[in-house]
Amino acid sequence: MKYLDEYRSEELANKIVAEIHRTVTRPWVLMEVCGGQTHSIVKYGIDRLLPNQVELVHGPGCPVCVTSLEMIDKAHAIAQRPDVIFCSFGDMLRVPGSDGDLLVLKSRGADIRIVYSPIDCLKIARANPEKKVVFFAIGFETTAPSNAMSVWQANKQGVKNFSVLVSHVLVPPSIASILQSPQNRVQGFLGPGHVCTVMGYREYEPLAERFRVPIVITGFEPIDILQGTLMTLRQLEVGTHTVENQYPRVVNRDGNRVAQDLVNNVFEVCDRKWRGVGSIPKSGYKLRYEFREHDAERIFDVKEIDTQEPANCISGLVLRGVKKPHDCACFGKQCTPENPLGATMVSAEGACAAYFAYGRHLELHKQPTDSTAILSAA
Amino acid sequence: MCLAIPGKLVEIALDPQGVRMGKANFGGIVKQVCLEYTPEVVLGDYVLVHVGFALSKVDEDEAARTYKALEELQQLGELDVPDVDDPDVDPFSESPPDRERIRPAA
Repeated sequence: MKYLDEYRSEELANKIVAEIHRTVTRPWVLMEVCGGQTHSIVKYGIDRLLPNQVELVHGPGCPVCVTSLEMIDKAHAIAQRPDVIFCSFGDMLRVPGSDGDLLVLKSRGADIRIVYSPIDCLKIARANPEKKVVFFAIGFETTAPSNAMSVWQANKQGVKNFSVLVSHVLVPPSIASILQSPQNRVQGFLGPGHVCTVMGYREYEPLAERFRVPIVITGFEPIDILQGTLMTLRQLEVGTHTVENQYPRVVNRDGNRVAQDLVNNVFEVCDRKWRGVGSIPKSGYKLRYEFREHDAERIFDVKEIDTQEPANCISGLVLRGVKKPHDCACFGKQCTPENPLGATMVSAEGACAAYFAYGRHLELHKQPTDSTAILSAA
Repeated sequence: MCLAIPGKLVEIALDPQGVRMGKANFGGIVKQVCLEYTPEVVLGDYVLVHVGFALSKVDEDEAARTYKALEELQQLGELDVPDVDDPDVDPFSESPPDRERIRPAA
């Protein structure tokens, strides 16, 4: 496929890898922000092509993983109602709440449907006027325009039986939160290419300046990730800290202004609780007051659900890049994609699930995963 | 979740509600795409699609420029011995199960 196959070239990958090996003189810790990048890195074994001094840690950019347990439980409370058709992206169905997941509820008779696009929910709502159709609107900035459009169109077309349960999250506040943590080890970032397709990368410039970290907006194919890694390492080696764009074929500095305008019309920034991380100020979107008739939280009055996380799950530390999946005693044992303890094992983009899918639970004793082991071996 | 893939626009039309929609071909699979956020695109353009929405037109010139710069990398240090030939770091010497290889360019 055009714009995909050429970015998976083995020959080109080897050239970039060789250049990375020539560039690196010291140990560096980089974080790829986006779960899609994590998935590519593990799928293609990109981390293993890099010099030993370079460690990739996996970031919080998996919206399925960071959706708070409270929000999952709210979704479950709404989905169980007999007057509701609950629609969701497929990834959310197996995320464990305090008591089972959406698939379990479906097996008990709840009307839960997977949709490809949030706009499809409007068709479902029109076809089922006696039901309340609720969409679980999760995602980063990449998904916000799609979810905003579904609300905007529902409002415009008078589809009154459509609402959204909003749990949107934003990348820049999470990067700031990681960099402010006393446990932080990250020295450079591969920025989220598709988030920046929508938002541009202006808002990353003050972050790079304030925390003196290079941020390279990076795509998702192996060549993209290798090139983004090379660009970040070159900055680290010479001591610069600017925002660069590896992914100009779809990203520009301003992003998609048409999409941003509609997002800002429908949503406003709010504080948001992240699963495993806690509350981050101004790190999410909620519906604006004008769209309250499409706000599932208001319609179904599901505020204040008290929830408990499994005590032995370290997914919060994995999401912040402090730990790797191998550091968890449960990884690949009690915790598997069939029986996940925490959200990083549920979504294909969660670091734990990606490690499991590509066989890394089988090599627990071969691979040093603690950064200190990697650094001391280097 | 932020997965977005490039597809070639093969149809553009307004839906019954007046929403600008189209169809994009993703290597043989044709799917509906909302084009409200990409008013500039025309038939034959490649668009980056996420959950049924085109978020951006793929810029062919930028794609070509990046790719050319990458291909010229080898001239930088041809005489250096790249570590990739070392079996310890050879990406393809010990593939874990089911790992997809980086493929030769099409």
